[in-house]
Amino acid sequence: MFEVIIAIGAILLVVILLTLFRIGTLVNVVKGTDKKVVSASNKVNAALMIVFMLAGFGFFFWYSFTYFEDYTIPVASVHGANVDTTFWITTGVTGFVFVLTNVLLFVFSFKYQHKEGSRATFFPDNVKLEIAWTVVPAIVLATLVFTGLRAWNNITSPASDDAEVIEVLGYQFAWGVRYPGVKDNQLGDYDYRLINDKEGNLFGIDVTDENSYDDFVPLEMHIPKGKEVLLNIRARDVLHSVFIPHFRLKMDAVPGMPTHFKFTATKSTQEMRSELGDPEFDYFITCTEICGRGHFSMKLKVIVDEPEDYEAWKAEQPTWLKLNPDYLDKVPADKRELAIIKAGINKEELEASL
Amino acid sequence: MATADIHITEETHHDGHEHDHDHHGNFWTTYIFSTDHKMIAKQFLITGIFWALIGGALSVIFRLQLGFPEAQLEWLRPILGGWITPEGKLDPEFYLALVTMHGTIMVFFVLTAGLSGTFANFLIPLQIGARDMASGFMNMLSYWFFFASSVIMFISLFIETGPASGGWVIYPPLSALPQAVNGSGLGMTLWLVAMALFIVSSLLGGINYIATVINLRTKGMSFAKLPLTIWALFLTAVIGLLSFPVLFAAALLLIFDRSFGTSFYLSDIYINGEALPNQGGSPILFQHLFWFLGHPEVYIVLLPALGITSEVIATNSRKPIFGYKAMVGSILFIAILSFVVWAHHMFVSGMNPFLGSVFMLLTLIIAVPSAVKVFNYLTTLWRGNIRFTPAMLFSIGLVSFFISGGLTGIHLGNSAIDIQLHDTYFVVAHFHLVMGSASFFGMLAGIYHWFPKMFGRMMDAKLGYIHFWLTFVGVYLVFFPMHYIGIAGYPRRYYSFTNYDVFNSFSDLNMLVSIAAIITLAAQFIFLFNFFYSMYRGRKASANPWQSNTLEWTTPVEPGHGNWPGEIPTVYRWPYDYSKPGAKEDYIPQHIPFSMTPESNLPHENDMIKLEGDEAKVVVNEKK
Repeated sequence: MFEVIIAIGAILLVVILLTLFRIGTLVNVVKGTDKKVVSASNKVNAALMIVFMLAGFGFFFWYSFTYFEDYTIPVASVHGANVDTTFWITTGVTGFVFVLTNVLLFVFSFKYQHKEGSRATFFPDNVKLEIAWTVVPAIVLATLVFTGLRAWNNITSPASDDAEVIEVLGYQFAWGVRYPGVKDNQLGDYDYRLINDKEGNLFGIDVTDENSYDDFVPLEMHIPKGKEVLLNIRARDVLHSVFIPHFRLKMDAVPGMPTHFKFTATKSTQEMRSELGDPEFDYFITCTEICGRGHFSMKLKVIVDEPEDYEAWKAEQPTWLKLNPDYLDKVPADKRELAIIKAGINKEELEASL
Repeated sequence: MATADIHITEETHHDGHEHDHDHHGNFWTTYIFSTDHKMIAKQFLITGIFWALIGGALSVIFRLQLGFPEAQLEWLRPILGGWITPEGKLDPEFYLALVTMHGTIMVFFVLTAGLSGTFANFLIPLQIGARDMASGFMNMLSYWFFFASSVIMFISLFIETGPASGGWVIYPPLSALPQAVNGSGLGMTLWLVAMALFIVSSLLGGINYIATVINLRTKGMSFAKLPLTIWALFLTAVIGLLSFPVLFAAALLLIFDRSFGTSFYLSDIYINGEALPNQGGSPILFQHLFWFLGHPEVYIVLLPALGITSEVIATNSRKPIFGYKAMVGSILFIAILSFVVWAHHMFVSGMNPFLGSVFMLLTLIIAVPSAVKVFNYLTTLWRGNIRFTPAMLFSIGLVSFFISGGLTGIHLGNSAIDIQLHDTYFVVAHFHLVMGSASFFGMLAGIYHWFPKMFGRMMDAKLGYIHFWLTFVGVYLVFFPMHYIGIAGYPRRYYSFTNYDVFNSFSDLNMLVSIAAIITLAAQFIFLFNFFYSMYRGRKASANPWQSNTLEWTTPVEPGHGNWPGEIPTVYRWPYDYSKPGAKEDYIPQHIPFSMTPESNLPHENDMIKLEGDEAKVVVNEKK
């Protein structure tokens, strides 16, 4: 019943609008305004240009300043601060041009609206002006390019040798992280053909490589504050993209082609929580490359620890091999002893379970 | 010499046309399988409008999801069926299909075919003074390939597994593996087939536009006297001809990967509990190939709109376009640069960072000719005598969008800043303003401006004003807030943000955007009414209702087959002699010889009189 009333209302509204339109047209015909090249509406449109400009800029400045805290997210990495600086310099320059050119556009439209008996100025070209507004933007852009280039080169330069290496793996629809382990500090080899979700080998870890024995695969990502971290990023099914907004960090995860991103975190999770006054706050990785049904839900908690807490956390993580002792059988016989030691497997427990 | 020869054949040709005038073809040859460029233009236009409605409707559906995440969408079940989950929500995979199809439809079917297809077909012969396109038959084929492509794309919306849903950029492996997402099954196959046909259509059209502009210009119509619309459409066709084949190649390789077990884009994949045998391929290769078309595509969409705007702004400011040569130069420069900036879409794709620096440099260079265009538009308005026709309003709106959206391109072209902004709503805001809305406004400006020539009647101006103001304010309300959402780091193509505290603070802004989107779409129905009503009941147009200089306004109110009943007019001057000092009227059309306007001639133009020859004298005598 309700729908019928709405439908009737809508139809009536359309009929009223059509009638108004028809009346308007007929009035124009009677008055003869439809034959004029320029009607009275010209003034209205010109005035609306100014109204739109004032209202538009009003909202723009009001929102930009009042809600500044809401739409900017705090930065927590060394290079992130540079990225932000570059961003705000660019925003300053473009913001100025944005206001200037839009003001000129609307003000000219209003000021030079049609006036009966007046004539436009015949002004087809002016070489000096044109050179000026080719050269000036070119110089400004060159400056911006060089600021950006410096930041970009710093960000993409190779990581230092003592950087903390962590592997990030994207898959439908979650992130996995793997650490090189405390004993050898080397990530073990992997092969996508060894991946087996049922048996717990999400990463395709190759147990014939000794470096893999002390690798561990925690459920959250921990990183140390103030120490360079190198993410080795890969994907095993489709494209994903590692995005950690607070670190200004983004890099695609590509199947078959490992990618990298290095950064240094500057604020621990605790510090960020007290800065924001939000005890629930956590850093996170999310996905920014469309990857299917669960694209929007690929979230992984990231915790920034003080360096000593980080080392302590690392030391107490059980190795992957320890959690998946079935894989011991796949370790070559001559390396099994080493594997048991490096993986920190308690021999008696192992024998008891067998 | 070549032009002279062609001119002679043209003239003998035209005698034949005079006979044609009396007997009309039947319904099928006039309206369906027409080879007349004006009818083909209208076919492109109507199909484009159809697609724009579909594309707009899709966007409103996903805006409902984003603006009102808690809303019950059960009432959409009669239309969407199983895509509404039992809980009355939008299916997350269907959400991806919606954004994918919205993008594909808007970029290719509306703003490429609907815009270029309509105005290149309609304007090129009329503005250069030709009877028709170089090949009417190829032109017809171009439309029918587009139609076939449209039918297939449309069908893909209704299949059980849903249309393609890997984003309009269809990056593999997602688009190559039906295991990864349902839309990569039959939906993706249909997408690829439709796009292959679309590319054929584009190439057939493009070759024709280029051949026509080069060979069929009327006497006196040198390249330096071409209206800017033609320059823009001509260079657009050149860009399309060079870049679309690359997309074709990319799509072909993808088809091989999908159906014939090759590994161009696939490597080291484990999906659904199974390791695939493909090794050695590179997903990045596809991205390079795709964006080699994808970036020029931006200009394929935008340049015709800028061309139309140049014409409309000059006419309605009653002033010559400022810096004609600079305008042509910047179109040319943009066209060239558009081929060497593609990898700025891939700064964080994992490609070599050194490439990133190179592409960043090239990308920011392209801002210079764009800036020149903006300043030239502003100077054209300066000290004009502006008439706010609906077309003029939409052109001013275009310039505003071009500024606002273009400037954020400087952020995104900077690879360091792009790290944070890539694939966030900031990008969505940027390209919807600078390319989507600007081109859409160019298309609307073109329709309002050339409607009288297309249908012999005027559109209602008042409805046009209402349409403009609602759309202009609506578009800004939809896309401007997205900048803030993007700076806050909201990623694109997210079905929902509810499980992120950081990303959950903009529900009010998102609601505003969605409401604005609905109002903007609703406002387009005012245009639709105006369009179809005016086609039959609009006020009768005069031959030159805007008092414009270009050649199309010298044709009869409704030009027949062959465009001019008599001889094609000869061109003597550039198309922008508005408000020339000394002239009686504030416009002097292109076909008026200098010998007729001694009162307003500039010194070097007086020298031209000697070169004008006998034909000009004929025109003078007729006028007297």
